Amino acid sequence: MARIDLDLAHAYKPNPQRDEDYALLPLKMSFEDGGAYALLGPSGCGKTTLLNIISGLVTPSQGTVKFGGRDVTGQTPQQRNIAQVFQFPVIYDTMTVAENLAFPLRNRGVAPERIRQRVGQIAEMLEMSGQLNTRAAGLAADAKQKISLGRGLVREDVSAVLFDEPLTVIDPHLKWQLRRKLKQIHHELKLTLVYVTHDQVEALTFADQVVVMTRGRAVQVGSASALFERPQHSFVGHFIGSPGMNFLPARWADPGIEVCGQVLPMATNPLAGEGRFALGVRPEYVTLAAPQAPGAIAGTVTQAQDIGTYWLLAARVGEGEGQQLIRARLSPEQRIPRVGDAVWLSLLGSHTCFYRDDVLIDNDNKEVAA
Amino acid sequence: MKPVNQKAWLLILPVVLCVAFSAVLPLMTVVNYSVQDIISPERRVFVGTEWFKSVMRDEDLQGALLRQIGFSLAVLLVEIPLGIGLALSMPAKGARSSAVLVMVAISLLIPWNVVGTIWQIYGRTDIGLMGAALAKLGIDYSYTGNATDAWFTVLLMDVWHWTPLVALLCFAGLRAIPDAYYQAARIDGASKFAVFRFIQLPKLRGVLMIAVLLRFMDSFMIYTEPFVLTGGGPGNATTFLSQYLTQKAVGQFDLGPAAAFSLIYFLIILLLCFILYNWMQRVGQDAATTEGAAHG
Repeated sequence: MARIDLDLAHAYKPNPQRDEDYALLPLKMSFEDGGAYALLGPSGCGKTTLLNIISGLVTPSQGTVKFGGRDVTGQTPQQRNIAQVFQFPVIYDTMTVAENLAFPLRNRGVAPERIRQRVGQIAEMLEMSGQLNTRAAGLAADAKQKISLGRGLVREDVSAVLFDEPLTVIDPHLKWQLRRKLKQIHHELKLTLVYVTHDQVEALTFADQVVVMTRGRAVQVGSASALFERPQHSFVGHFIGSPGMNFLPARWADPGIEVCGQVLPMATNPLAGEGRFALGVRPEYVTLAAPQAPGAIAGTVTQAQDIGTYWLLAARVGEGEGQQLIRARLSPEQRIPRVGDAVWLSLLGSHTCFYRDDVLIDNDNKEVAA
Repeated sequence: MKPVNQKAWLLILPVVLCVAFSAVLPLMTVVNYSVQDIISPERRVFVGTEWFKSVMRDEDLQGALLRQIGFSLAVLLVEIPLGIGLALSMPAKGARSSAVLVMVAISLLIPWNVVGTIWQIYGRTDIGLMGAALAKLGIDYSYTGNATDAWFTVLLMDVWHWTPLVALLCFAGLRAIPDAYYQAARIDGASKFAVFRFIQLPKLRGVLMIAVLLRFMDSFMIYTEPFVLTGGGPGNATTFLSQYLTQKAVGQFDLGPAAAFSLIYFLIILLLCFILYNWMQRVGQDAATTEGAAHG
């Protein structure tokens, strides 16, 4: 077990020139010993590449990987002593479940008695004790994936366990169960876990720290609440949350900021410097306001949907080219406006964020309050 | 009771006709010969199972059958492992891979009687590269005079000719194994041998089955190459079943016994293929359901 430090970039092609040539743009990142991390991002954003670089399946084209301060960039997965579970089940067809689970230990010459013990423990944890002597090849996909998980967890002394979307092939109810199991294992064994996924619920429930990635770039590392409250990049705002953050083009028009042709009065200008500015506010923090209320904007309801525990409202604000859609999550207790109704939506509050060229402007929250 | 629609029979008529013209009718003419003694086109006598009985008692034929089984077994024992080894050592990607593929496939493109001719010249001690080289080394080699040498040459020729087929099949099988298996093996710390034993070999089961059946059937019916190379000699050391059959049917014009033997020959191949196929199916029965496709 060790702290993992990454300071690297990776391109699969030789001589990368532009940003697009890189699978991973230069990044610096640390995974603390015993932490539970998630790499979250859409398909093709480089998260699997990053995982494979940590495990040693891929050698980064630039930079270094360090385990506990020791440079392991040139080392094989075996030398790094890492465990990795893949997206699709990988099992050894000709072996039984027990032999599959024992394989990583047998290859490392662990004593047979110890192997038997570990395999027993892991099988019990995965609720596979009854199937230990069946041929692995005949099992269903989720059972096979449990074997893959088991092989990843069977060694106790690993530097880290890496998961590459391991629950893709698993049924929803079992998915939830296994995720809880992993969380439990993390608490018991204090292993460093890195979990790749494109599912934000999975990432946010599993990990203490989530790394959000897009197009080869790690745009934010943070806890679930940080990602939700203060998205460092508009991509994070869009990607995290359901629906994602509202982003409205904004500019300073003394004494306030102008959004969709309407000026919201503000004491100080939060839009420092030059660039393309935007106001970001989560649908959860958009509330209905009285007409002409400060910090509120007028619009017309275009959609009102009952999502079960809340209502999802979409309202059109502004005219012509500058027209924008604002989404709001409203509690069902209040009176829900109907489609076509004119509404005032409050946008400014302590949860409102401002962005310059898609990057969060780090203002002190209190100043922004209306 | 449900009414039975007899029109359904019409639907299988095309298949029945195809099979009838391609297999059943030609076979029936052979059956026809096998139960008659044809003295002249006008005079023929029905002899029942007489030809079958005489053929079964024929010692030359029994000898040819034993040689044939020995030859086919030797072919499988050499070509299958060699083909797997070749496939494993071929480069997987890039221009080198294509170049190697073409080179490996060359022997498969040569007409069979040309293969026989090539080896006939190759093995000659006066002008052949191999024969002359062996002679220079002081080895008393002669595929026309020595039964062991003749066997060795015929076998070597078949290995040279057909191992590439096994290699190409295995190469295709190896390329179909998802990368995740190799990655998992690296993570699990598997040795090269363990990767072969627990990943590659089980995943090659399907193509190996095809390779074994193809090589068995082909080698069991081998005719042209040994005919050109040794003519079945010396003596009848390399006279295999096909050649023996041709001698009977074309050489001596014993149509009845030849037809009876053809049928027996056909049944032997059918039976052995059936046994082989079922045995190989059972060997990997449990593995059959695993097509755990894995991408990226």
